[in-house]
This record gives sequence, structure tokens and C-alpha cells, in this order.
Amino acid sequence: MKSDFRARNHPAYWAFLVHRVSGVMLSLFIPLHFWALGQALHGEARLESFLRWSDQPLVKFAETALVLLLAAHLTGGLRLLALEFLAWRDWHKSLLALAAGVALAAGLAFLLNVV
Amino acid sequence: MWTAQRISAAVLAVCVIVHLVTVIYAVRNGLSAAEILGRTRGSLGWAAFYALFVLAVTVHAPIGLRNFLSETFSWRGSGLNIAVMAIALTLAMWGFRAVYAVFI
Amino acid sequence: MAVSPTLKVSVWRGTESGRFQSFEVPRLESQTVLDVITYIQRTLDPMLAYRFACRVGMCGSCAMTVNGRARWTCRTHVDKVAEDGRIEIAPLNNLPVVRDLVTDMSGFFDKWAKARGQFRGATTRKDDFARVPPASPARRLADAAIECIGCGVCYSSCDVVAWRPDYLGPAALNRAWTLLNDVRDTDNRARLAAVAGDAGCHACHTHMSCTERCPKQISPTASIAGLKRAAALAALRGELSDD
Repeated sequence: MKSDFRARNHPAYWAFLVHRVSGVMLSLFIPLHFWALGQALHGEARLESFLRWSDQPLVKFAETALVLLLAAHLTGGLRLLALEFLAWRDWHKSLLALAAGVALAAGLAFLLNVV
Repeated sequence: MWTAQRISAAVLAVCVIVHLVTVIYAVRNGLSAAEILGRTRGSLGWAAFYALFVLAVTVHAPIGLRNFLSETFSWRGSGLNIAVMAIALTLAMWGFRAVYAVFI
Repeated sequence: MAVSPTLKVSVWRGTESGRFQSFEVPRLESQTVLDVITYIQRTLDPMLAYRFACRVGMCGSCAMTVNGRARWTCRTHVDKVAEDGRIEIAPLNNLPVVRDLVTDMSGFFDKWAKARGQFRGATTRKDDFARVPPASPARRLADAAIECIGCGVCYSSCDVVAWRPDYLGPAALNRAWTLLNDVRDTDNRARLAAVAGDAGCHACHTHMSCTERCPKQISPTASIAGLKRAAALAALRGELSDD
């Protein structure tokens, strides 16, 4: 028999979930990002028209979400590297809160600068 | 593969922090193609940086996806490996194309 | 809110396919979940199959899934888990169900053996005792994880065990870690090779469900992190046929 969400309802599991979901979403986004930048091959005008399209609020909102996902994946990943490579310490438990805080700060910085 | 994932993660940690700081700085006061390309075209130092970035991504993302796919869909064996390699190659192709487009 | 004098208990009946059967059990003071199951089997349905032994929190035989979480039923007070007077009792997860609340733990112990979780020494009874300072770093690491009694709660709580049938699991890997830190053991090169790799320590995603649930407050996650470091180091030194 398999366990359900009741067995998983604790912080370290949520950290894993955020890390996995953000990783998958980033994997979907990054090819698009590469493609969009590759548009510059067709000349500046192409890139410029794409950038103007991306000026819409909805796109800006999505971009902020992406920055958040990237920051969350980064901080979560650094937390994992610390847990795996540094000898186990008690303060490691606080790493999760620290990671979440830094990720949110990065997302906020982007949002405030882009609007 | 686990070690490759951790090493590429460490490389990406540096690359991503640099990238995020650059992006946040660059989007101030709006963004235009002319501004971006004016700064990036011909900049070989940055080209090298982003080439390394792309390389690290093509190692890190497919390995992570492989875990996700095998654990969520119980996908195993050569079918999975081929799919993951295909993703890696696509990322490499589009990634290096983008680096060329923006920096050269 | 007044406490109801009875409990509504849902108990798993059958094998992998089965259903939850409801019982009403008188609620008593200082009652444990094991008391509840025992009452059901003795008074309401003698066909209920379950395991227990010491009933005082020493042997780990009574481990079951209570309200979705793996625990020792003899050490779980009803007051702690009965939300609105209801309890759901199921067999341990990630193990084949023999019947009702009894699981087949042979796979769990097979993985223990696969991880080379047995001590292998080089001395005989004719040799003098080994002298291991308890405060030495290696012994401290081993002692932090040594109290495992193989109850299966961590294994049952681990999602990676559910997602990867060949994953050795937290208990087996934890035991391998204690032996890795045992200065008397001579099998560590083979042991490290056995626990490194896709089915071994590298599959752990640090969910820490094992650490959350372990009734002996062991952190298999910490032990597995130690194994990851040891395996990576050995691989870099070429001491491992690693992936």
C-alpha cells in the first residue's frame, strides 16, 4: 500500500516539492528562452518586436513567477548541497527558512525593477 | 551521474546568481533589443560565460528530468535514456545558437 | 467539547485489495492504539490479524499506519491521534500485505543484506578486545545511528521506496553508515560499493520523512548524507566501481 499526503506533510517534503516542481517548470521554460534569444539571429528588429510583445502585464507577471521559480530552485539546491556535503549540523533545519527568504527577496527585487 | 549533477549544480549556482543580478539591473527603466544587443554583441568575455552557463544547463536539467520521469511515471531503461539525451541535445543546440545570436 | 465514550475505528481488512472495516471501541484513559486493536481482536472480531510483542516500545513489532502516518501503536496514545474520536489503522506502507495489519517484511530485510548491513570483523575470540574510544569522531557518528531496531517505520514512510522498487531504503542505508564508521569492520570497501549508485544512497531526495517518523529519533537522512559524501570521495579516488 502506498502512503498518502498525511505522511508527507512536513517542511522538508515541501522543500523537495518546490524544488522538483520549479525544476520541471524551468525545464519547460528554458528552451523557450533560448528560442526567443535566438531570434536575434534574424536581426535586431525581431528581438525588439518580441520584447515589445513581452511588455504586457500578464507577461511581466509570468516573468516574475519565472524569476521566483529560478530563485527557489537555486536556494533549494544550495540547501541540498549544504545538507549533503557539509557534516550534519542542527542549524541545518533553519536552512529551509533561509532559502525561502532569499528566493522571495530575489523575486521581489525583480518585480520592483521591472514594473 | 549524481556527481555530475552536483558539480553542474555548483557551476549553475554561480552562473544563476550572476545572471539574476544582471537581469534585475538590466530591466530597470525598460528593456529594448538595441540596449541589450548594444551591450552584448562582440563581448567575448560574456559569450564565454554564457557558453559555460548553457553547458552546465545541458548537464543539469536532463539528469534532473530523468529522476522526475522515472520516479513519477516509473519509466526505466533505454527508452528513458534516449529521451533524456534528446532533451540534452536540443538544449545544447538552442542554447549555443542563442549565445551566438546575442554575443557574436 | 465533551469526549465521546467510544471511538470510531477504521481497520484495514484483506490484502493489497481489501477495504476498511468500522468498529466501535470503548474509549478509556491512557489508551494506546495497540489497546484498541487488541480489544477489537479479542472482543469484536477474532479474525483480525496483527503483530505485536513487547507492547512497551522496545521491539518495534507493532508498527502500523495510523491516520496515514507510520508509528508504533503501543507508543501511540489514542488522545494524540483520535481527531473527533476517529482513528484509521492500516498496515505499514511500501510492504506487501499478508493479511489485515500484517505485512511481509522479508523484502525490507533482504535490502538490509544487499546494503551489506552485517558486521564483518577480522579478529577471533582468541584476540584481545578492540578498544574504541566512545568520544572518537567515527564512533560518535556510528552511535548517533546505532539504536535502530529494524521496525520498518522509516521504510514505510519513504516516498523514494514507493517510487523506486529497488531503492535500498533508509534503514538499510543507515545501518551501512554505522558499519562504515565502525573501526573494527573490514568490509567497508565492498559495503560502499553496495550502497553507492542509483538504488543506493544517491536516490535519496532528502524528504526527511524517515527522520520525521523514526520512533528512536534517528536521522537516516543524516546517515545517508554521510554515505553520499563517502561514496563521492571514494569515486573521485577511484576506489569505487561507481556510476
